Amino acid sequence: MTSIDVSSSMRSTTPIVGSQAGTAGNLDEKVSVRGVDFYYGDNRALKSISVPLYDRRVTAFIGPSGCGKSTLLRILNRIYDLYPNQRAEGEVLLDGENILNPGQDLNLLRARVGMVFQKPTPFPMSIYENIAFGIRLYESLSKADLDGRVESALKRAALWNEVKDKLSQNGLSLSGGQQQRLCIARTVAVRPEVILLDEPCSALDPISTAKIEELIDELKSDYTIAIVTHNMQQAARVSDRTAFMYLGELVEFDTTSKMFTSPVDQRTQDYITGRFG
Amino acid sequence: MVDHTHKAFDTDLQDLGRMVAEMGGLAEQQISDAADALDRRDLAAAQRVIAGDARIDALQREVEDNAILTIARRQPMAVDLREVVGALRISNDLERIGDLAKNIAKRVVVLDSEFRSQQVMRGVQHMTELVLSQIKDVLDAYARRDLQKAVAVWRADEEVDSVNNSLFRELLTYMMEDPRNIGICIHLLFCAKNIERMGDHATNIAETVYYMIEGKALTDERPKGDTTSSTMVPFDA
Amino acid sequence: MTLYARRRAANGIVMSLSLGATVVGLGWLVLVLGALLWNGFGSLSLAVFTEMTPPPGAQGGLLNPIIGSLMMSAVAVAIGTPIGILAGTYMAEYGRYSYLTSVVRFINDILLSAPSIVIGLFIYEVVVRPLGHFSGIAGSLALAVLVIPVVVRTTEDMLLTVPRELREAATALGLPRSHVIANVSYRAARAGIITGILLAIARISGETAPLLFTALNNQFFSTDMTAPLSSLPVVIFQFAMSPYPDWQKLAWAGALIITFAVLALSISARALAATRNTQ
Repeated sequence: MTSIDVSSSMRSTTPIVGSQAGTAGNLDEKVSVRGVDFYYGDNRALKSISVPLYDRRVTAFIGPSGCGKSTLLRILNRIYDLYPNQRAEGEVLLDGENILNPGQDLNLLRARVGMVFQKPTPFPMSIYENIAFGIRLYESLSKADLDGRVESALKRAALWNEVKDKLSQNGLSLSGGQQQRLCIARTVAVRPEVILLDEPCSALDPISTAKIEELIDELKSDYTIAIVTHNMQQAARVSDRTAFMYLGELVEFDTTSKMFTSPVDQRTQDYITGRFG
Repeated sequence: MVDHTHKAFDTDLQDLGRMVAEMGGLAEQQISDAADALDRRDLAAAQRVIAGDARIDALQREVEDNAILTIARRQPMAVDLREVVGALRISNDLERIGDLAKNIAKRVVVLDSEFRSQQVMRGVQHMTELVLSQIKDVLDAYARRDLQKAVAVWRADEEVDSVNNSLFRELLTYMMEDPRNIGICIHLLFCAKNIERMGDHATNIAETVYYMIEGKALTDERPKGDTTSSTMVPFDA
Repeated sequence: MTLYARRRAANGIVMSLSLGATVVGLGWLVLVLGALLWNGFGSLSLAVFTEMTPPPGAQGGLLNPIIGSLMMSAVAVAIGTPIGILAGTYMAEYGRYSYLTSVVRFINDILLSAPSIVIGLFIYEVVVRPLGHFSGIAGSLALAVLVIPVVVRTTEDMLLTVPRELREAATALGLPRSHVIANVSYRAARAGIITGILLAIARISGETAPLLFTALNNQFFSTDMTAPLSSLPVVIFQFAMSPYPDWQKLAWAGALIITFAVLALSISARALAATRNTQ
């Protein structure tokens, strides 16, 4: 939309999508969320969300707790399928194919759409195994090739120099920030196309956070990244597009520069300026 | 200085610095071109200076946008914050310097008298050179974060002021000699004033550079040399 | 009295009562252990481990009941553990949200606290009576029925403590469920599950009642699981009740052996649990 009706922008149910949001550089939509509703039992947690994730761009989802941003992320790799009474309706297209189809092979989907969680979750095994484990499932590689893959994944996650001499140590022996980078390395190792980050830095100190943010900048040249964060400064730092969600609705979606300098919706403005009642 | 962990932040700051430096170069060029045009009464050159100001204005908007984005996206602190604020302030001063150069060029276009004073023109040239070297030094001080140099520029403003004072008195004399000279002399007076104002902006930039490096304002008493505002016009009644 | 002073007084009283209760509780334990150590060590000798149970008045040891106990416990664990672990896995992983799981959990909890003599009687009815004689295998089955609920419970509990995030993280890598369970859940819960098995062994090693109805006893050395088999608890029961001082001495020695075995198992279980926590 080019002109915005002020009265509807104050309390609208249709989200405001910035005119510049998709045009710059003719971006490809890697993932298209279209009219998605999500239910926890009878509780409708997401209300017809439509939002694109552009190829090789970082899209941040911000909003107060309970706004549905994590829920939305959990639809993209259908991790919610682990739990009964959770269901999504609508369409989520990954390269044009609807992943919400009942026939979707979930394991293949999850190999294509990797996820890193809020709490670092190294598996109770060695650093090497943490990474090799996922690779082995999909590819049978020689020991040398596997070593190479583990190394490149650890390098990609900027962790190699810190762990190269202790690959056989338990992944749990690492610090929190290192554990989180190990989880990112593990995700990268299976060569996904999309990486979902669910508040990846909320349990980390500022230095580790800065390292992960730098990593996100690095990774976006190869992957489509979606990050959920309750730290809007982080969204401002790392993302190209920002979506603001509130009460299960998408309120506004635009380039990050626009969202953080002159958002259109009053609620977005209130949230990012810390005026939320 | 050690790089930020988040390298995009470094890139942002470097971009800001680069744009400010580019603005500085353009401003210097505009000043010398304007002074040249004034000296040679070259209308075409003056027109080029007038047109050239748009580029500086555009750069200033760009610096402003980038600085605001950097503040919004990177939340700079301490030295980084001063750097961003410094870039904003310096770009403002440079934009004003550009405007003053443009103003000189505009006056060249409207000068219609044949009046010419070797002495006045030498004075103007001398002032221009002084101000140009000040601006060059202060931009150097900005680029290298050179505290000494910034303070030196800050103190050197006095000489410009004294040349301006003598030009002022001279032009007053010409005006009293022959009222037909009043028009052009007023224009020249403003040109001199413009150059003097550029020097003031250079000292502003010096103060900003000092603030960026030291984190506090330059508070010493600065030598004040401009007495034109308190000079009495001797008028024979 | 001020409110604060009253509070302090109340605190003092409750503290003294708690301390007193602790001393009383521990006191009995110390007395029991003291008597056991005093009498047990006095009766312990090499012969206890090398000779068979004697007739009244003769010298002998506890070799046949020790072997019998070990054999029956081993078979019981071999039968009960896989069943328990698989059932626990179903409950915690595949059927976590199903109605069947809550039914199974309820029944399992009843079984967990069922008197062991009832289980002995049950095996007597379904195994011993149809076969027509007591046997080691019947004893093992009775013990296995005791092992299963303990292992089911600990396996389920331990798998439930595996953080949701870990399971999600493994799933998010595209791992099939079986891989997630085998490589991540089991690994994370391993120490806890082993602890459960050790506790189950500790529980059955002292059981007398179910064995009385199933394996009975055997005066002679035997490793035949289809025949009546001797076991430490039953021998202790029999010898301690007897009027013969030699038998009574052997009963003390047997009690000491069982106690130390259980103690060793408990300590190993604790040590394992501790390594899990520090990981």
